[in-house]
Amino acid sequence: MAPASRFGHTSVNESAGEQMSENAVLPGTVLAPAAAHPWRWSPPRDTWVIRLFDYKPFLAALCLFPAAALLLVFLTYPLGLGMWLAFTDTRIGRSGVWVGLENFESLWHDRIFWLSVTNTLIYTGVATVGKFGLGLWLALLLNENIPFKSLIRAIVLVPWIVPTVLSAIAFWWIYDPQFSIISYMLRGAGMIEGNIDFLGSPWHARLSLIAANIWRGIPFVAISLLAGLQTISPSLYEAAMLDGATAWQRFVHVTLPMLMPVLSVVLTFSVLFTFTDFQLVYAITRGGPVNSTHLMATLAFQRGIPGGQLGEGAAIAVAMIPFLVAATLISYFGLARRKWQQGESND
Amino acid sequence: MTDKSERQGALSWDSIPRRVVTVYVPLVLFIVVLLFPFYWMAVTTFKPNNELYNYKDYNPFWVHSPTLQNVKKLLFDTDYPQWLMTTMGIAAAATVISIFASVLAAYAIQRLRFRGSNWVGLSIYLAYLVPPSILFIPLATMVFKLGLFDSPLALILTYPTFLIPFCTWLLIGYFKSIPYELEECALIDGATRLQILRRITLPLAVPGLISAGIFAFTLSWNEFIYALAFIQSSEKKTVPVAVLTQLVQGDDYQWGALMAGALFGSIPVALLYSFFVEYYVSSLTGAVKE
Repeated sequence: MAPASRFGHTSVNESAGEQMSENAVLPGTVLAPAAAHPWRWSPPRDTWVIRLFDYKPFLAALCLFPAAALLLVFLTYPLGLGMWLAFTDTRIGRSGVWVGLENFESLWHDRIFWLSVTNTLIYTGVATVGKFGLGLWLALLLNENIPFKSLIRAIVLVPWIVPTVLSAIAFWWIYDPQFSIISYMLRGAGMIEGNIDFLGSPWHARLSLIAANIWRGIPFVAISLLAGLQTISPSLYEAAMLDGATAWQRFVHVTLPMLMPVLSVVLTFSVLFTFTDFQLVYAITRGGPVNSTHLMATLAFQRGIPGGQLGEGAAIAVAMIPFLVAATLISYFGLARRKWQQGESND
Repeated sequence: MTDKSERQGALSWDSIPRRVVTVYVPLVLFIVVLLFPFYWMAVTTFKPNNELYNYKDYNPFWVHSPTLQNVKKLLFDTDYPQWLMTTMGIAAAATVISIFASVLAAYAIQRLRFRGSNWVGLSIYLAYLVPPSILFIPLATMVFKLGLFDSPLALILTYPTFLIPFCTWLLIGYFKSIPYELEECALIDGATRLQILRRITLPLAVPGLISAGIFAFTLSWNEFIYALAFIQSSEKKTVPVAVLTQLVQGDDYQWGALMAGALFGSIPVALLYSFFVEYYVSSLTGAVKE
């Protein structure tokens, strides 16, 4: 209302009044936003502080500081510390001294360590093949024109969402020697006589763990590959069909090559996290029976935390690093290949 | 949509019975297998003990006389409510810290585009590839030295090591989808970069922030190895660790209570996802495509 009354007062000269009203009313209408954005009208507030915060290198450093500080202190430093610990005889509550390669030498002659290495390789290899075979199949099924698509997609993700340890406990119960529901079903179907002792013998236990890992890994693989499948242009399939390609040929010569980029990234992640898996094994068998299902991660934990031999545990963890580096390099070359395939930069 | 189904119709030369065998039967099998452990968890939770261990007289796939006895035992005879609160508190605190650090880092890398920002982005990507399994031993020694052993603070400070790389990566992807022209306009209008971040980029990035927040919260909820290694006293444990270490006493497994603990530890994350599953799938696939 104020601008209107002012207009009334100053409308002696019409053009001047109009100008006044423009000056008064127009800024008046934007008064609220102007108050919310004081920077529009405040060059005097451009003090050195503001200019400093607007100085790009300073601002970038400032923005990166929290993340960089946390990662350097709790990730980079421990990574280095872990490598150093591997060459010491540190125990819980006692800082160790440099012992050179002693930890690695004793591991070299340690039967359980080598068993854990082979277990880890078998576990990673078989579980990855299973996850990708079944996951790709599920992705292809989900890519079909099916009803309740988004609901089914949501349901499929559930095993991946739920805390691994909690679903592992469910598997522990499913694998119970006496009350296993799988044994019950197989007996009902007349396929077996007595109960299967899923976790009692080394190979049964290993295969049971791998099955649980595959179960948990399928959703992630399927949903990621589904995303990859949806980027494939249908015209490619039409062209292949017109050329008389069978379903299998379409899969091998169209789907797989087009899926390669996503596949390689997901594969790297999957291998990396299966190789360093800890939760499933710790929850279901704790490395038993008699240390026969230890993975490198569970053995490192066993020796390091409850066993108190931090140095030896760190040495086992460090022994995993070469495998992880190899997996990362594969990821790098997978990404590079993607650029080459699409013939354009992916930035 | 019609366009799509027509396309599908044109593409699928399969007959309907054949489609049932090649698509629907395997799909149903997949869903049954993927969901069975949860069904089994729920069934076990509500079974009375006499049914639980007697497969002869009762069909194990169904609950004949449902009981809340296991739930009651879990809620009143154990520290379960306490564990839930601890887990939520730790997950929320770690999420807030990580999102704060990640938003700033992602903004700096994606929008400020300083020299070497690509390298910083790459090193954050590599940080995500460092698994907790090789970090927990040195972190345990650090936690001891800092006097944080058996304190929730140990987890709140270490969870960001895997949350920040993930969220930063996710948010970089999200920031890319926001048109840079909006920021240029604001720059021309005389806004400082901090004002641009606060008033333009952040409001537009809210969906990305929500999905990163959900990711971070559930990842911290599900975390196991640090919580197992750094926390000792029962009442400070997180749900996954507590269910495994506190509910299993000796060789006498209380399967009913154990399954109840697993079920109620899974429900919060499952609910969270069911509300945001679309965000979730799109950001997951976005992250993978990246």
